[in-house]
Amino acid sequence: MPVETSSDFDAVDVREASRHYGRRRALSRVSLTLRAGEIVGLFGPNGAGKSTLLGILSTLVRPSSGEVRYGARTASELGDALRGRIGVLGHDLFLYGDLSARENLEFFGALYGVPDLGARVQAALGEARLEDRANDRVASFSRGLRQRLALERALLHGPRLVLLDEPFTGLDDESAALLAARLRRLRDAGAIVLMATHDFDSAEGLVDRLICLRSGKARELTFAGERLRDRYRRALAEEWS
Amino acid sequence: MRLANRVVPFLLLAAAAMFVRAPFMIEAAPIESTMGVIQKIFYFHVPSAAASFLGAFVCGIASAIYLWRRSRTADHLAVSGAELAVVFGLIVLVTGPLWARKAWGVWWQWDVRLTMTLVMWMIFVAYLLLRRFGGPGSEVLSAAVGVFGMALVPFIYVSVNYWRTIHPNTNVVRSLPPEMSEPFRWAMIAFMLLFAALLIVRTRLEAGRAALEEAYVSLED
Amino acid sequence: MRVLRAAWLIARKDLVVEARSRELAYTTLFFAVSCVLVFAFAFVREGRAIEDAAAGILWVTLAFSGTLALGRAFERERQADTLRALLLAPTERAAVYLGKLLGLLVLMLAVEAIIVPIVGLLFAAPIGRAPLLLGALVVTGTIGFAAVGTMFAAMLVRAHSRDVLLPMLLYPIAVPVIIAGVRGTAAIFAQEPNLEAAQAWLSMLVFFDAVFVTLALWTFGPVMSE
Repeated sequence: MPVETSSDFDAVDVREASRHYGRRRALSRVSLTLRAGEIVGLFGPNGAGKSTLLGILSTLVRPSSGEVRYGARTASELGDALRGRIGVLGHDLFLYGDLSARENLEFFGALYGVPDLGARVQAALGEARLEDRANDRVASFSRGLRQRLALERALLHGPRLVLLDEPFTGLDDESAALLAARLRRLRDAGAIVLMATHDFDSAEGLVDRLICLRSGKARELTFAGERLRDRYRRALAEEWS
Repeated sequence: MRLANRVVPFLLLAAAAMFVRAPFMIEAAPIESTMGVIQKIFYFHVPSAAASFLGAFVCGIASAIYLWRRSRTADHLAVSGAELAVVFGLIVLVTGPLWARKAWGVWWQWDVRLTMTLVMWMIFVAYLLLRRFGGPGSEVLSAAVGVFGMALVPFIYVSVNYWRTIHPNTNVVRSLPPEMSEPFRWAMIAFMLLFAALLIVRTRLEAGRAALEEAYVSLED
Repeated sequence: MRVLRAAWLIARKDLVVEARSRELAYTTLFFAVSCVLVFAFAFVREGRAIEDAAAGILWVTLAFSGTLALGRAFERERQADTLRALLLAPTERAAVYLGKLLGLLVLMLAVEAIIVPIVGLLFAAPIGRAPLLLGALVVTGTIGFAAVGTMFAAMLVRAHSRDVLLPMLLYPIAVPVIIAGVRGTAAIFAQEPNLEAAQAWLSMLVFFDAVFVTLALWTFGPVMSE
């Protein structure tokens, strides 16, 4: 599904990215590389900097120091077109409550210049299993339904880099399984998926790599054969340099 | 920056020397026929206005640079410019009514130029309040205010020439007789020296404060 | 071309939402009418309005109700953080500014279309004397006010104390608009109307609009990235 354009890339390189707000250090010299065709789990306690890192990767937040390269180029070099290759599922979902599900998708689709919009929107509604509620106001949806719609909104334009902030929140078992399958399909099609979550159970067997954030610092964890939750707890119990 | 710092003591000394002599020059200057001795406030009032506008320009240009390049020095310069615009603006707004009361009988006149000067002053006060109370990220927001504030200054000038009011026109400066233009230029230079010195010192102070914040932040590294 | 199209999409979205609930339109209109009445009582002597009060009341009402509308319009974008979603779109960020501005302008002009006749009615102000000139003053004044207001309201969406900060920032910068608007309108309404003066004020408003819309388009992108 990702479309090849000149602003496309197959790796994202974060180099010594830091971000502070006044005296509060949100991210501290984070370096990591994300490659096409992988699902990376981002774990960490509340306030560790997960949302900030996602913000920097989505180009909404500028790092105080350090840089991010998409392929070989930075966001400023790539310009506005870069944002067409990035899809974000925000913590607050990014949906207009007064518009219907279909209208939300059509609006964002048009804004992203998605070709063949009508068909794509219909397909997205199908993926989210919202066809029968397509014309209802989003404000009337439960959290789970909104979550499913918000994911489709993020993926409508076939982005290369998919950033998800707590994607499993509010989803029942069936929806969570469907989401996991969807993410696997994205990965197999070459997308870069970075997922910040607390839901270890859903992430089990889904993530290819595990990055842990604490107090703004990042560490990649190997977890061969170990449950994610145990591995995470073990990491937090250790001293971090 | 270091060169600027070294220049500061000279600036201050020069400004101080000029300010010491200034009252004598002003006293020696002739008394204006229609307004009387109160007119002499103009020797401080007009240079203060010039300094205030200069502060506004410094803030505006530095804010623009900060917006596009996020240069820390530009941000520090912008804050200093805004503060000086406010301080010198306050002098203008206090000396103006003092002059007006004696010369024309009213403390304040709602003519366009006075109003706009007050408004410009308020914009830079708002700039400072925003930095103080806007929370994190307010440097960028206030930079936008600085740029907009500076853009407003030309309107103040346009309005003067558009609207003939009791406020003396800007052209009066060019037509000053030498006995008055000399102390006027003297006072103007003194104010400019003072402005430059204060700008450098305040910017350095701001840079120091920012360095302290940096130190706090890197403490955890 | 893409900037204009994106702006149009955003403006249309706002208008669709507004057309459904009409919440902003009704509340802003009601507030504006209340404003006019409150000021009317303040400036009425022996049953008749003080001269020139009409022009002043009109523009103060526009400023206050405009600020209200601005606040509410951006509050909507705060609810599900949709302003960020707009900033994530692959268009120039100025398109977001333009779209919000257009949406707001339509709303404000619709409210003004009702308020101006009401003011004319309540204060026996001759709104029919130079309708095109008066209309031009109102439109350009609204554009100026909304241009700066949209910029600041967007900026403040995530700031602390944003309800207090918006008027604090907006009113000083909007003063030239208010002055020009009031003086121009008063020149039209006066016993001996001075249409040349009104035109002069109109040209100042046009100049203001040109400068500040351009400035906002330039600075919106840099300001909105944290």
